[in-house]
Amino acid sequence: MSDLAFDLPVIDHPAAATRFVADEARTDWHDGALWHVRAKRDRASQSVPEWEALRELASQIKEHTLSHLDEHLVRFEEQATANGLHVHWARDAAEHNRIVHAILAERGVRRLVKSKSMLTEECKLNPYLKAQGIEVVDTDLGEWIVQLAGQSPSHIVLPAIHLRKAEVGTLFHEKLGSEAGESDPQVLTEVARQHLRTRFLAADAALTGVNFGIAETGGFVVCTNEGNADLGVHLAPLHIASMGIEKLIPKAEHLGVFLRLLARSATGQDLTVYTSHHLRPRPEQEIHVVLVDNGRSEHLGREDFRAALKCIRCGACMNTCPVYRRSGGHSYGWTVPGPIGSILTPGIDLKKFSTLPFASTLCGSCSDVCPVKIDIHTQLYKWRQIVGTEGLAGTGKRRAMALAGQVFQRPWLYRMGGRVARRLLRWLPRGVVYNRLNAWGRSRDLPEPPRQSFRDWVAENRPADTRGDG
Amino acid sequence: MSSRDDILGAVRRNRPPSVPLPTLDRFERPDLDLPARFAEAIVGIGGTMRTVQPDSVVAALAERFPDAAVIASAAPDLVTGTKDLRTVEDPHDLADIDVFVCRGVLGVAENGAVWVPESRMGHRAAPYLTQHLVLALDADALVWNMHEAYARLDVTAEGFGAFLAGPSKTADIEQALVIGAHGARSLTVFLLDAA
Repeated sequence: MSDLAFDLPVIDHPAAATRFVADEARTDWHDGALWHVRAKRDRASQSVPEWEALRELASQIKEHTLSHLDEHLVRFEEQATANGLHVHWARDAAEHNRIVHAILAERGVRRLVKSKSMLTEECKLNPYLKAQGIEVVDTDLGEWIVQLAGQSPSHIVLPAIHLRKAEVGTLFHEKLGSEAGESDPQVLTEVARQHLRTRFLAADAALTGVNFGIAETGGFVVCTNEGNADLGVHLAPLHIASMGIEKLIPKAEHLGVFLRLLARSATGQDLTVYTSHHLRPRPEQEIHVVLVDNGRSEHLGREDFRAALKCIRCGACMNTCPVYRRSGGHSYGWTVPGPIGSILTPGIDLKKFSTLPFASTLCGSCSDVCPVKIDIHTQLYKWRQIVGTEGLAGTGKRRAMALAGQVFQRPWLYRMGGRVARRLLRWLPRGVVYNRLNAWGRSRDLPEPPRQSFRDWVAENRPADTRGDG
Repeated sequence: MSSRDDILGAVRRNRPPSVPLPTLDRFERPDLDLPARFAEAIVGIGGTMRTVQPDSVVAALAERFPDAAVIASAAPDLVTGTKDLRTVEDPHDLADIDVFVCRGVLGVAENGAVWVPESRMGHRAAPYLTQHLVLALDADALVWNMHEAYARLDVTAEGFGAFLAGPSKTADIEQALVIGAHGARSLTVFLLDAA
């Protein structure tokens, strides 16, 4: 269950997925648990008659925002500054980490509590701060579990979905001295509650992510179910909010649209339990917002792929994806896994993430559930073309494609191949058909070969004058 | 060049052609009984709702939490409690609260959320640090959905405000729902019937 793949030069999704599915019981459970979340999402979305209209509105608001992003960023900065917030700009992950550390160091912070922030995972903030001697505690239960286990989240909303309760019990026993053999989620959550409460009360600073930044007001909204973000920021004298530049929306009234979509798409709830609107610091408190680019402005320039920046990080595309559900989040080797991760990562490093656009059946379910209507499966297909053109597809894939190209150029060869295959498949021994090179047949049976081809069937059953020319 | 100018410059170079901002639709309010729908939503999110007269909040609270040692109230007109919030300066001193009572200003029937601005919280940390949360809400302060809520609210009026929708919860261990993660272990809504 290690996620060392993060540091590999090239992510080999098929190999990582093979390791994941080797544990069949875990794979089945993972698949079922995420499908259950998808079913809850369906019920929640179907309870809203105007669901499709909301998706369309959300998509248009985000498209508008991206097309005027510079203006909205400047407006946000002006308003936030007028409200007494400190606004910082970070070109990349390294600058983000330096800024956060400088703010903490200046105030002598030793203990930082963090709520869920995929951006700080993307920037690898935790190891950076740890090396500078600052204690960082992830306080979202799932994130804390993976932090204790020395892992990274495998899902953006359900960070520890790859772990079973008995494993969490063992982890808590080893790290926190809880009862050995305890695996009741209720009891384990209580252990975490008691432990993390002491951390909240002892923290010198709190760091959160941002779900929505509002250009018009200079405020920002943070959503959680556990209340961990609020416990951190309302106790500590310093609040740092790390925010990707694409998180902006123009006006507060737009929150009505996005909040009606977000939790329903993510977990099937009508709204997150805590939806906190931060505008001004309380007396004796400082709030710093770090606006992070880290490749986003460059991605904005990619016409075919910029729509991925509309993402509100609900995770619905992961829960519905037949490949994600059966390969686990760590197999993608990036903070944001699943379909959305597979269209964001090739823009970051095409070579490193060249296998991810192929981690899909192109069934299109991701696009169907996306609350902001990102054309995810179309983008997956387009990235495949680029991976191919750049010569980055694997040898097997390249050879198979070259062979298919030869065959499809010659209809006689295709017809002959079909005739031969229909005969051979019937009498060749199983061991020969399911050979080492038949990757498809490794865990699947080929369909029964038909007696005749569709072409022959048409020739036999339809008079020539009713046949199309195509 | 500063990072700010760098980022804004790159965004300007790469931004797509202008897309107009759509006009918001508030969507028709279905024909429904708002208090009943709100009560249903509160139960759905793991909370409890009771309709009470303002002058019987004290009794209702005693009935609901007979063993609470420390009760704090940011709604002194309804109940005084045992811990005086006005004497608390450091929010860390709120950690011993068993039951916290405050007023919400708006309830949303579609999801059971109650909007509470910081002036009604007394301290921003109080509704999160308490073991049990009690929200008092006027029965006529209900709206149907989030669009109506934002049309009614001025989110710039105060430095902090939140929609609170239920007790704290998590499903981070095997997708098993557990109530009482880090925040309040229970939510009770007293719908105040002025009649």
